[in-house]
Amino acid sequence: MKKLFILIILMLAIDLNAQTIRVGAKHFNEGYILSEIISQLFESNGYKVERKFNLGGTLVCYEALINNEIEVYPEYTGTISEAILKIKGKMSYEELKNSLIEEKLEMSPEYGFNNTYAFAVKKELAKRYGLKNISDLKLYPELKFGLSYEFLNREDGWKNLSQVYGLTQNPVGLEHGLAYKALDDKQIDLTDVYSTDGEIPKYDLTILTDDKNFFPKYYAVSFYKAELDPKLKEIAGKISGQITESEMQKMNEEVLYENKTFAEVASKFLIEKKLLNSNSPTIRSESMLEQILPKAVQHLKITGIALILAILVAVPLGIFIYTYSFISKPVLYIGGLLQTIPSIALLAFMIPFFGIGVLPAVIALFVYGLLPILRNTVTALFTVDPLLKEVSDGIGLTGYQKLRYVELPLAVPTIIAGIRTAAVINIGTATLAAFIGAGGLGEFIVTGLALNNTKLILMGAVPAAILAILTEIFFEIIERLVSPKHLNKK
Amino acid sequence: MHPVIISNISKIYADRKVLNDVSIEFEENTITAIIGRSGSGKSTLLKMINGLVKPSSGKIKLFGNEIDYSNLNELRLHIGYSVQGTALFPHMTVYENITLLARLNNKSKEQINERLNTLMDLTGLPSEFKTKYPFQLSGGEQQRVGICRAMMLDPKIFLLDEAFGALDPTTKSEIHKELLKIQRTEPRTIIMVTHDLLEAFRLADKIIVIEKGRIEQAGTKTEILNSSNDFVKYFVKAQSE
Repeated sequence: MKKLFILIILMLAIDLNAQTIRVGAKHFNEGYILSEIISQLFESNGYKVERKFNLGGTLVCYEALINNEIEVYPEYTGTISEAILKIKGKMSYEELKNSLIEEKLEMSPEYGFNNTYAFAVKKELAKRYGLKNISDLKLYPELKFGLSYEFLNREDGWKNLSQVYGLTQNPVGLEHGLAYKALDDKQIDLTDVYSTDGEIPKYDLTILTDDKNFFPKYYAVSFYKAELDPKLKEIAGKISGQITESEMQKMNEEVLYENKTFAEVASKFLIEKKLLNSNSPTIRSESMLEQILPKAVQHLKITGIALILAILVAVPLGIFIYTYSFISKPVLYIGGLLQTIPSIALLAFMIPFFGIGVLPAVIALFVYGLLPILRNTVTALFTVDPLLKEVSDGIGLTGYQKLRYVELPLAVPTIIAGIRTAAVINIGTATLAAFIGAGGLGEFIVTGLALNNTKLILMGAVPAAILAILTEIFFEIIERLVSPKHLNKK
Repeated sequence: MHPVIISNISKIYADRKVLNDVSIEFEENTITAIIGRSGSGKSTLLKMINGLVKPSSGKIKLFGNEIDYSNLNELRLHIGYSVQGTALFPHMTVYENITLLARLNNKSKEQINERLNTLMDLTGLPSEFKTKYPFQLSGGEQQRVGICRAMMLDPKIFLLDEAFGALDPTTKSEIHKELLKIQRTEPRTIIMVTHDLLEAFRLADKIIVIEKGRIEQAGTKTEILNSSNDFVKYFVKAQSE
């Protein structure tokens, strides 16, 4: 037991090493490129950077900033005013900056380009219907709109836009990264894009003019708390006024269609702008194994800690409710209820309480691990041969002795089976933990989905599947080792 | 003073009266067999002696004192208990099964080993069985281990609940001989439940015939054979056929 505690403390300690600058990113190509640029700027100024690039959309990034999970991330002025400050109407940069003071937040001067929301259709479709402006869509209610989930739910998104333009189409929600493919396959006719997307020329798309001037301006800025060290603020603002729209489109295209990594594109840009020394070592790209291994370790760490905690709680609790059997039904019922919460919902539910990162993920996985272990512990104890229980009493064993020497040893295989189930469930569920910034193999999957990159998805999915199988085998061996001899008659 | 005195015991489960005003005394260092049909209440009566079943009314005195239900473990250390199917702990070796109670009650290693060897000797168990698991033993060998386990702390009373019921006739007869040998070597009050009249005749000094929760007759083998009680006559006749 003592060793177990030391192990847990060591595992937790890995997270508590020297202070580093944590840079967040919104999960789409441009978000990654800009965050990588900022990260490399910090690194070239001698700081250590932790890249927390898989935080998801605006609100998760913002939560991370507020909860001190990250120090800075690139954000857009329009998003800050509409989605974060919930201010109606257009604002100038200065007005927005003043509104942020009250929230103790700050932003750097604008990077330069305006990446506004825009509606894109295939060029041939625009030609066929004579579409030029967003207003023209009103005439064609039969058009199929596929909009990103974020756009569907934003204040400056579909809800208000459809009112302003009087649009009656019924949009379906989909991942932004998948929308271009859907356009190409004619599954949808229109989607929301960012005006700097590298795909616009590649997929031969036309941007419809925002003729009613609905969309706010989306100038990219570095977004941080007012309390951030001024030296860091200065570094985060070094690219202000340095990136034009076409430069941004080009960088996006390089990543998407020239197979360059975010790191390569970012350092090329910084070198061109003389913000980075050309012999800087940051371009070195890691091998696939080098990328997967730390994530796999992180994955095992999250599931391992959650599993150990679940064992430490569920096994004693199982013994307790076996001894006081009248509470076993309600406790198992509550355990069952917790299990029915969809994993992604449970993870999201953790954010308001525990923020993002490893802690909420561990708690969610812990909750998931409880029931299988608890149920198996209780069932195993209840189903020990009643004759053996009677004889234990009859020959004069005390309640504790009966539990310790007869019931528990006989229950061990079933309890281990419960732990095995919990472990395998957790390995799978932990891939979703990447959505709340907990890292692990799910990071590849989440990034891969956001960027429509199958290779990345597989880099997460295959090792996760292998881990699950290895876990199964590992526990089978453990079960053999600790099971009473009479059960391994072979 | 009789070691076990049962006075006016009744036991009611739900609305079924399993034992009905039973009074009986068990004599010291004799073997008493409680015999009857399935459901007659004989097992319930036996389990009252080590407190596994609490009577609905009536009194049980052990060694002159009424049973203290708040401290049964202490009492049970003086009462050996062996049941049908042996109920050996399957995850323990023969050694661990037999010596569990002694080890938990802080007997010295020397005491434990000496007693273990004596018992294995008396029951004819070879010493190399100590490291075997119950599943590696035959039914008869398991039953012998069960007897050794019950006798380990040298209890004053030994209860056997259909202990030999599942054995083949040859093995049963061998174990009967061993039990009688133990009784000669170290006499104690043995109370056994059986439905087998022949077994009762072979082992017991006194036989209690029980039917529908009441004692029909208690007496020696001869008294039972010459009984004028209708049920006892019927029972003896049915078993002899």
